[in-house]
Amino acid sequence: MHSFGKNFVKGIIRSNPTFILLLGLCPTLAVSTSLDNAVGMTAAFLFVLLVSNIIISLLRNYVPDRVRIPVFIVIIASLVTIVDLMLQGFVPALSKSLGMYIPLIVVNCIILGRAEAFASKNGVSDSIADALGMSVGFGLAIFVISFIRQLLGTGELDLFGRSLFTIPGLSDNPVSIFMLPMGAFFVIGTLLALFRWMGVSKGE
Amino acid sequence: MSNLLAIFFGMALVNNMVLVKFLGLCPFFGVSKKLSSAFSMGIAVLLVMLVASGVTWPVYHLLLAPYGVEFMRTVIFILVIASLVQIIEMAIKRTNLTLYNALGIYLPLITTNCAVLGITFINIDQTYSFLESLTAALGAGAGFTLVLIIMSGIRERLDLADPPKAFKGTPIAFITAMLLGLSFLAFNGMV
Repeated sequence: MHSFGKNFVKGIIRSNPTFILLLGLCPTLAVSTSLDNAVGMTAAFLFVLLVSNIIISLLRNYVPDRVRIPVFIVIIASLVTIVDLMLQGFVPALSKSLGMYIPLIVVNCIILGRAEAFASKNGVSDSIADALGMSVGFGLAIFVISFIRQLLGTGELDLFGRSLFTIPGLSDNPVSIFMLPMGAFFVIGTLLALFRWMGVSKGE
Repeated sequence: MSNLLAIFFGMALVNNMVLVKFLGLCPFFGVSKKLSSAFSMGIAVLLVMLVASGVTWPVYHLLLAPYGVEFMRTVIFILVIASLVQIIEMAIKRTNLTLYNALGIYLPLITTNCAVLGITFINIDQTYSFLESLTAALGAGAGFTLVLIIMSGIRERLDLADPPKAFKGTPIAFITAMLLGLSFLAFNGMV
C-alpha cells in the first residue's frame, strides 16, 4: 500500500508530465481553449493510460524484449480507437471540438513512456497507481492552462453550457490572443517560469 | 496547379504544423538548440512525411474504405509509419553513410512524432486526392523545417542573452515560440 501511494503522488508534482518532464505537449496546448475540452481530453487520456498500463503490466513477462515497442504501440492504438469511437457515439460535440487530437493520443510520449519506463517493469497495482497519478498530473496541467486561456480569452468561464463565472468588462473586450495558438505558448512559458521562481522545479 | 500551390503554402505558412496545429512540439523544443541538428531533423521529418503520405493514402482508399473498416486507420497508420521509418533507416544506412550519420539518431524519434501521423490524418479528413496529399505533406514538412531552423537560430543567440533567471532555458523558448507565431499570423490572408 505504501508503494501505491508513492507511485500515485509522484506523477502529480515531482514528475508532472507536462510542467516538469515537458512531455505530450501537443494535445495539452492544442485543446486547452475551454474547460469542456480539458475534461474530455483528461478522460480520454486517463482511460488509455490506465488500461494500457494494466494490460502491459500483465503481459510484461510474456512479450519478448525485441518486439516490445511495436506490441505496446498496437495495444495503445487499439485503446485509442475505442475511445475515439465512444466519444463520436456518445458526445459528438466534444468529439468534434477535440478533432484529430484524440487519435493522436497514440503518439503521446507520456503513454508510451510510462509503458516502457514503468508498466513493463512493475506489478499491476503499482502500474495502476502510476497511471492514476500521471493522469491527475496531466489533468491538472491542462485544467490550469484551459482555465487561464478561457478566462482571459473570452472573459467568462463555462462548463458544458453552464456559465460559472464572468469578469465584468472583460467579456465585452476579451484578450482574444489567449484563444489563439500563440496564447498557449505564452501561458505555458509564463507558468514554467513561475514554477521555477517558486522553487517547485529546478532551473537549468 | 494553383490549387496545389494553395495547399502547399497553406500547409507551410498559414496552418503551420508547429505554430498553429501544435504538432511535433517535442522535436521543436528538443532538437532546436543547434542549427545543424535542427536542419537534419527537419529534412528527416520532411522525408518521412512525404513517404508516409504516399503510402497511407492508397492504404486508406484502396484497402480500408472499400471494406468499410475506416475505424482501423489509427492502428494501421501507426504501424505503417513505424515500419516505414525502419525501412528508410536501413535504406539510408546502406546507400549513404554520411547522410545516415547526420540523420540516424533522429529517425527512430520520428515514429512518435505527432506531425507525421497528423499529416496522414489531415490528408484523409480533408479528402485530398493523391497528388494533393503529397503536396500537403511537402508543404507541412517544409513549414516544419522552416520553423525549426528559425527557432534554432534564435535559440543559439538566446544562449548569449541574459533573460530573468526564472525564464532561462525552456520558458523563454516558449515565449519565443509565441512571438514567432504572432509573426506567422501575417500570412493569414495569403491563401
